[in-house]
Amino acid sequence: MSAPVSPRESASVHHLPNARPEVHPDNPGIPLDLEPVRAMRANLSAIQRRAATLPTRRTVKKQWQAAWLVKALQCIDLTTLAGDDTEGRVRRLCAKARQPLRADIAEALGLADRRITVGAVCVYHRFVETACQALEGSGIPVAAVSTGFPAGLSPFETRLAEIEASVAAGAGEIDIVITREHVLNGNWQALYDEVKAFKQACGPAHMKAILATGDLKTLRNVGRASMVAMQAGTDFIKTSTGKEGVNATLPVALVMVRAIRAYREATGNVVGFKPAGGISTAKDAMAFQFLMKEELGNDWLQPSLFRFGASSLLADIERQLEYYVTGRYASFDHHAMA
Amino acid sequence: MSVAEILDDLEYGPAPESDTEAREWLAQHADGTQLFIDGEWRKPASGQWFDTLDPATGAVLARIAQADGTDVDAAVAAARQAQAPWAALPGHARARCLYAIARLIQKNSRLFAVIEALDNGKPIRETRDIDVPLVARHFYHHAGWAQLMASEMPDRAPVGVCGQIIPWNFPLLMMAWKIAPAIALGNTVVLKPAEFTSLTAILFADICRMAGVPKGVVNIITGDGATGELIVRHPDIDKLAFTGSTEVGRKIREASAGSGKALTLELGGKSPFIVFDDADLDSAVEGVVDAIWFNQGQVCCAGSRLLIQETVHDAFIAKLKERLTTLRVGPPLDKAIDVGAIVDKVQLDRITSLVEQGRSEGAEVFQTQLEPSKGGYFFPPTLMTNVHPASTCARVEIFGPVLVAMSFRTPDEAVALANNTEYGLAASVWSESINLALDMAPKIKAGVIWINSTNLFDASAGFGGYKESGYGREGGREGAFAYTKPKWIAAAKPIEEAPVKLAAIGTEPGFAGIDRTAKLYIGGKQARPDGGYSRAIAAHDGSLAGEIGDGNRKDIRNAVEAARKAAGWAKASEHLRAQILYYIAENLEARADEFAGRLAMLTGERKPRARREVEAAVARLFAFAGWADKYEGAVHRPPFTGLALAMNEPVGVVGIVAPEAPGLLAFVTLMAGAIAAGNTVVMVPSEAQALLATDLYQVLDTSDLPGGVVNIVTGDRRALGLELAKHDAVDAIWAFGPQGMAETFEKASAGNLKQTWCETVARDWNDEAVSGGREVLRHATQVKNIWVPWGE
Repeated sequence: MSAPVSPRESASVHHLPNARPEVHPDNPGIPLDLEPVRAMRANLSAIQRRAATLPTRRTVKKQWQAAWLVKALQCIDLTTLAGDDTEGRVRRLCAKARQPLRADIAEALGLADRRITVGAVCVYHRFVETACQALEGSGIPVAAVSTGFPAGLSPFETRLAEIEASVAAGAGEIDIVITREHVLNGNWQALYDEVKAFKQACGPAHMKAILATGDLKTLRNVGRASMVAMQAGTDFIKTSTGKEGVNATLPVALVMVRAIRAYREATGNVVGFKPAGGISTAKDAMAFQFLMKEELGNDWLQPSLFRFGASSLLADIERQLEYYVTGRYASFDHHAMA
Repeated sequence: MSVAEILDDLEYGPAPESDTEAREWLAQHADGTQLFIDGEWRKPASGQWFDTLDPATGAVLARIAQADGTDVDAAVAAARQAQAPWAALPGHARARCLYAIARLIQKNSRLFAVIEALDNGKPIRETRDIDVPLVARHFYHHAGWAQLMASEMPDRAPVGVCGQIIPWNFPLLMMAWKIAPAIALGNTVVLKPAEFTSLTAILFADICRMAGVPKGVVNIITGDGATGELIVRHPDIDKLAFTGSTEVGRKIREASAGSGKALTLELGGKSPFIVFDDADLDSAVEGVVDAIWFNQGQVCCAGSRLLIQETVHDAFIAKLKERLTTLRVGPPLDKAIDVGAIVDKVQLDRITSLVEQGRSEGAEVFQTQLEPSKGGYFFPPTLMTNVHPASTCARVEIFGPVLVAMSFRTPDEAVALANNTEYGLAASVWSESINLALDMAPKIKAGVIWINSTNLFDASAGFGGYKESGYGREGGREGAFAYTKPKWIAAAKPIEEAPVKLAAIGTEPGFAGIDRTAKLYIGGKQARPDGGYSRAIAAHDGSLAGEIGDGNRKDIRNAVEAARKAAGWAKASEHLRAQILYYIAENLEARADEFAGRLAMLTGERKPRARREVEAAVARLFAFAGWADKYEGAVHRPPFTGLALAMNEPVGVVGIVAPEAPGLLAFVTLMAGAIAAGNTVVMVPSEAQALLATDLYQVLDTSDLPGGVVNIVTGDRRALGLELAKHDAVDAIWAFGPQGMAETFEKASAGNLKQTWCETVARDWNDEAVSGGREVLRHATQVKNIWVPWGE
């Protein structure tokens, strides 16, 4: 379905020995073009029907399921974004990120020779240095939520400075939040300018734009915000901070990945997708994977273009994989906590 | 494959649904299936069985009993025996049976789903997630009608014994659509599943036993077309319900003509799928998938004709082609398959040849690649472009996963293209503009319109066609009515008509005065009969009452043309139609004496009695004027976010052969009922009392009735009625006369499958409850269900 568009060979840390070359986000952005923004259509009931049948039309069983779950695990941005985070908590998370799969399970899956890690560790700026130290040598990037996360309403200069500080501290990925007001007021120029400025501030770091879709309410708003953020050059679009009333849903994801497809068709630029919040079971994760494969193709199953923002998902995937290996449902205590 | 390899290519892999339980069930029937008659399993009298195949492999699944005349007789006798006691049960008792069936279907849902997929070749996802849940829902919904029948339909009685013949594309669902309303409303059934797909009906028979359905209420007999024909021709069946091809529907209409059997037909389609440039195109693409690549496209209401606004044509086709390549075709029991096997080689060959014909006519054919065949009847999802309305593949129902695409420029052109087909089953309209979408819905001649959606079904919403897609509805209140009849019919006597006595040419007139020439009334103008002959109408005493035009085929042709041209009447507001009916009443009343005199002269009735008929006619005009803006539709509430609007729409041009008597009241009743609903009519009045009708056109002329809404052709009712029945631009034929007349007209109606209301028993024309309201209006309208989802 997805003709590979300008795949760039890269020294990605996620590049697996035998895997085909990964496609990475490649989005220089374009000047603000309001035509696709204004023409955005999103028919809720039709989208709900498609979203409802996606997980019933596709399934993977046995070793296929095991492999897909390992892939899901590799796409996790293992996240802690709590007010009571400490350095100790972050180090523990990083340890889990390095070794998300128990060695005996990896062995039984025939993956002992592959370095299986999560996609990234996602923290507040305060813990970027801690995480970088803890992950040193693992190749796992640190993602920092930024720009006044989660509301994104701190002074603009402060938000820019926050990005710069996180990048300087070693963050390879910056998850910015947009100003929802710009979307709700239809102030696309302001949204475009904001995201573009954030992207410039990111420098070499990859940027994910959190649209906070739960605040945008309508799917049309989601589609329009996606389009403007991509025009402004974001590398990923991401659904939620995890703090809105509604987080990642399949209908919202469908609108966003369709926007990614439309943007790529119009410009040739490649943008990644990150659903975040509320995805806590292996079954949920696979539903999103089916959506990515069906709507965008296999390139969007790789961590270079697809991430889950999740904290408890990993534990459920581990347990499912243990069941695949042993035929027994695991106790939670059989797996190391993050 | 190893986990590591799959991790690199991320393919789906096999995901088979287990068929263990289904195979065990089949093993129990290894000696051949039996017939379910009078609550028990019986071997076929013929001692014959035929093979049913797994379309995905071609392997034999089971041997199916071939029912013959003896078996059909036994099944009908059992149904007859059971019917009166079943109908006499309290509605609650019947409701409990239907409720139990619904529960048992749910409890055995996976077994039904797997057997259905094995037998039909459709994907397990569809049988599991669509067919079986809809079947259970249908029985739940109709359990409600059983309970509510007495209070909600106090004037209706069961039809009796129903012969039901269903197709192979949705074996279980079509069976539910047939059986649930029939038994809910006190009928008993003899049902024959399609030859290719009998298995789930056999399993269902066992469910009926478990649910406590009394013996004889549901009889399931299997067999081929010959068995179906035995049902169609059986003299002790009261109603036939058929779902299948238009071709077979036509034969059933002909074969059952004059038998007095009620008939509902759900036939073929070539339904348009219309995409406007302001649609959510990505969602519309998924709509197309659900429209034509659902059930291998073997769906009577499949959106098989894609009409795309020119401005987005190329973009939409590009999206569609890309989507098409991600469809997975394969074994029906694989849980991640989109398209399974075609039901039989016969169908596969037909699809293949129609696509080849399309190619030879210049169509560009885009298909997915199939895996190398391992046996079984698979056909790749197909998109045909460079197709035109004149192309064979754009007109013929292909009944496979084949979509033909065309473009249009304006909404008007979309309507014209959508309606340019003999069919009228369904349509799908995609636009984000509520104004546009809701403007299209009434203009498309189809029984179901889906706005921004497609192939949605529910027990609460009627389903059925316009035009040659058949008549009658299944689901909703409108569907429930199709399994009832008015209570008064039970005591009604057959219509008997004495030969009409004409006065001989040369007879002295029975009155003095200036000679009057009663003409035909066509297009709002008085017209001389084409043939140039007149009929001398005798007064009751044999004297000459006057001459009427002796209409012929060409007069009917002209009248139908005039009625067609007046189709704008359907768009006139109900208020306006009411005003005109009131005005007709006013003008008739003003000449009441004259009409009473004419009646008395023609019939020999005393003047006060004749006067009463005129008063009744005036009151009848008032009744239908009153109804014009009150015969409302319904808002159905199927379980989705939105609603289904059941709109009562006029049938179109109605040919009406009025009864011989009462010459004025019956004529006025039928005319007023038909035009109140928005139809235009060609009336053939009573022969003996035709002068009343020709007097009446002067009343019509002075009442602001637009020309062509009512046309009157006098003459031989049988001959003129037959011309109407044969005319394919006439949408319905109503006739009130002896059985022979009904037989002739019903047979001739098969040509375009026009709706028929051929009544052979005498109704009480005076009773307003019987003849002055809903009963007439139900015939004067057809229900269109418009599904309107919402949400932003």
